[in-house]
Amino acid sequence: MASRRAQPRTAGTYGRRALVIGYLFLLVIWPVALVVQKTFEGGLDNLRTALTDPVVTDALQLTVVVALWAVAINTVFGVGISLLLVRYEFPGRRVLSALIDLPLSVSPVVVGLALLLAYGGTNGTFGPALEDAGLQIAFATPGIVMATAFVSLPLVIREVVPVLHEIGTEQEQAAKSLGAGAWQTFRRITLPSIKWALVYGVVLSLARSLGEFGAVKIISGNVAQQTQTATLVVEQKYQDFEQGSAYATSFLLALIAVAALVVVTILRPKDDPDGD
Amino acid sequence: MTVDTPLAPGTARRRRARSTTSLTRSSGLGLGVALTWFSLLVLIPLALVVIQSIDGGWETFRQTLTNPQTAAALRLTVTQALVVTAINVVMGTLIAWVLVRDDFPGKRLLEVVIDIPFALPTIVAGLVLLSLYGPDSPLGVNVANTERSVFLALLFVTLPFVVRTVQPVLMELDRDVEEAAASLGASRFTTLRRIILPSLAPAITAGAALSFARGISEYGSLVLLSGNLPLKTEVASVRILTYIENGNEAAAASVATILLLVALAAIVLLQVLSSWVARRG
Amino acid sequence: MGIEIRGVSKNFGDFVALQDIDLSIPSGQLTALLGPSGGGKSTLLRIIAGLESSDSGTIEIEGLDATGLPAQKRNVGFVFQHYAAFKHMTVAKNVAFGLEIRKKPKDEVKRRVAELLELVHLEQFSHRLPSQLSGGQRQRMALARALAIEPSVLLLDEPFGALDAKVRKELREWLRRLHDEVHVTTVFVTHDQEEALEVSDSLVVINDGRIEQIGTPDDLYDRPASEFVLSFLGPVTRLGDHLIRPHDIDITRYEHAATASGIITRWTRVGFEIRLEITPDDALHPEPVQVIVTRTEATALQLHEGDRVWLRPRAGAESVAQGV
Repeated sequence: MASRRAQPRTAGTYGRRALVIGYLFLLVIWPVALVVQKTFEGGLDNLRTALTDPVVTDALQLTVVVALWAVAINTVFGVGISLLLVRYEFPGRRVLSALIDLPLSVSPVVVGLALLLAYGGTNGTFGPALEDAGLQIAFATPGIVMATAFVSLPLVIREVVPVLHEIGTEQEQAAKSLGAGAWQTFRRITLPSIKWALVYGVVLSLARSLGEFGAVKIISGNVAQQTQTATLVVEQKYQDFEQGSAYATSFLLALIAVAALVVVTILRPKDDPDGD
Repeated sequence: MTVDTPLAPGTARRRRARSTTSLTRSSGLGLGVALTWFSLLVLIPLALVVIQSIDGGWETFRQTLTNPQTAAALRLTVTQALVVTAINVVMGTLIAWVLVRDDFPGKRLLEVVIDIPFALPTIVAGLVLLSLYGPDSPLGVNVANTERSVFLALLFVTLPFVVRTVQPVLMELDRDVEEAAASLGASRFTTLRRIILPSLAPAITAGAALSFARGISEYGSLVLLSGNLPLKTEVASVRILTYIENGNEAAAASVATILLLVALAAIVLLQVLSSWVARRG
Repeated sequence: MGIEIRGVSKNFGDFVALQDIDLSIPSGQLTALLGPSGGGKSTLLRIIAGLESSDSGTIEIEGLDATGLPAQKRNVGFVFQHYAAFKHMTVAKNVAFGLEIRKKPKDEVKRRVAELLELVHLEQFSHRLPSQLSGGQRQRMALARALAIEPSVLLLDEPFGALDAKVRKELREWLRRLHDEVHVTTVFVTHDQEEALEVSDSLVVINDGRIEQIGTPDDLYDRPASEFVLSFLGPVTRLGDHLIRPHDIDITRYEHAATASGIITRWTRVGFEIRLEITPDDALHPEPVQVIVTRTEATALQLHEGDRVWLRPRAGAESVAQGV
């Protein structure tokens, strides 16, 4: 374990600090501040215009619904897969683990294309068959949910897996020896132990899901008030020269993202008070 | 990410009895369900992209890639991603260093700042950068519709990657080793070069791989900022979108496959690296 | 009754952990499984508990065939080396866990938990979290938790291995007294022979997946069946063609039916013991003979480094012929 000994303050320390702060200021802090500023140029008008525009409100609603679905799916799937990857041995486990990371490195446009090729209504592989059965995926909400779930898939798993490794199986074995069944062990022992990692992963998933753009643009069809999400609305409004609404919607999306980050940073204990 | 230990070298490992078991019936079923979902959502669609690209035969593939606009887009994408990754290697490590080794009021705030590009919707990122580096720039710097805009957008969205892979490793580094080096006469710089950086190398490389993969994939932040001018500021992902909108799915798939291959290479590199480090322990 | 283990074998890949183990563990007694690390004793314990499955053989616990039963159904109490405390639950909740799983009524649970916490002297810690307890306290909590379910057998896997020496000794005695009160068939695994000799009613030495010897501590110490048991249970030295305990060697300043003779080449005092190394003249002893005498004896005999002495086994001392 690294000891937290203070490092002597030299000119280099201050120089590095200044460089880092300056870099982050010019790259992130100032630009974000400017968006906030532009949103509130002229008071609350931009916000009001945006929030009374049915195109915007419908888009926000769709975004929230889609995000919640995607996060729910990824949480259930994520916890299940994490347990399987860490607690069980099966052929192909390592390959699966590597593949899980795939969505993080794939371009959102490629995601959209892939889903279109699979579930497109006219010439997708499964699309026409599904649509005949009554389930429309491409250019409808299910497709948007799938695209969103795709891009945020690894996030819960990446948080939960290390913690599952860390806590080990002893508590679970103890529970078993005391008579607890598999579900009881999971509910009473495993789940409470991974609680914070899970929360962190869910919040990251939520932020990512709210913000997806490229994949959704392709799979949704981008029809206003029907399949247009908040991020698509930002693009639309900007291109229609309704800058105010574009900035206002951006502000709302950014606000949720930053709020999520802050919540998680506060929640996450700096040093884990380990019982061992 | 692997199922093995994280990238921090020398992370203490307790001697544990076997902590995995073979699949039971219910967990086997769970695995089956999970794999089915994963295939339907990720594996099959991505496979279809690759299949589609070779479906039209080698000719279509070759023609798409040699199309001047596409070739320019790919060139721009890769070079900008490489340049940005190089900068991230330096700045990312530096930022991680300051976050771990330095202490000053407001440091916690910087932690949040670094995660903003990761959490922010990409289209909003474009707007954010536009406000400081676009036509209304208070700095008078306007990179909109220039190649610089691509560079800037990529720099923004890839900011967290190297920082977040290096930070935990830096935190776990045993200071005793540095002090031993100092007691043996090594200067700060030598210690950095021969002791610290080698232990950080795997983490930096991992972050660089992630940064590069993200860089070539980026779309949303470039839409408003770069203007998507063909041959000048158009990136690969925009080309794919154009092909799709024109109904040319084969061409779109070809370009997409190139991007996928590069992403796959990045992941394989990551896997190899982390098992190598885990073995070195 | 007790625990009947028949024909149990276990392999981990190429590694043979247990080879055809046949063992009867007497009911109501405290039995120690003793042996070097990696010898298979923990594996055997976990197979009895159902936390590990054997490749072949059967396990019978108090008359019930437990071979196919999962751990949940065996009603065994298991205590882990690193406590396996439920970190997010209080001490009281930890102890109550097994009872709550069995859906016992709330007041019965409360009563039983209070009883057990009193038994292990942790009453005033019932609302603390495990992280707020010392190692010894956590292990006592783990014991209370295992006893709460009224197990038919109590299994402890190197229970004091993670504690420091003084706490280990205290808890060892405390475990023995607890057993005398509670009388549950108890099996515990240890690699510390002093612990096994001090605490157990009966001792099973396991090495390399096989049972070396079974018996009472006296049996094993005084009449070791093999060189391994002899050398594992205590210090050994070679005198003549036998292995013998260093304190079982008679040392004299004159020739008297001696087995060997030599010069004292090392003289070390540790507390009340004097540890001597004698290098014999003859070619039979490639290494010096270790002899332990009390300080009083050494003073009476006026032993110093460089003195010539004669060695022979004490009357009645047990020794094992080399090569057994």
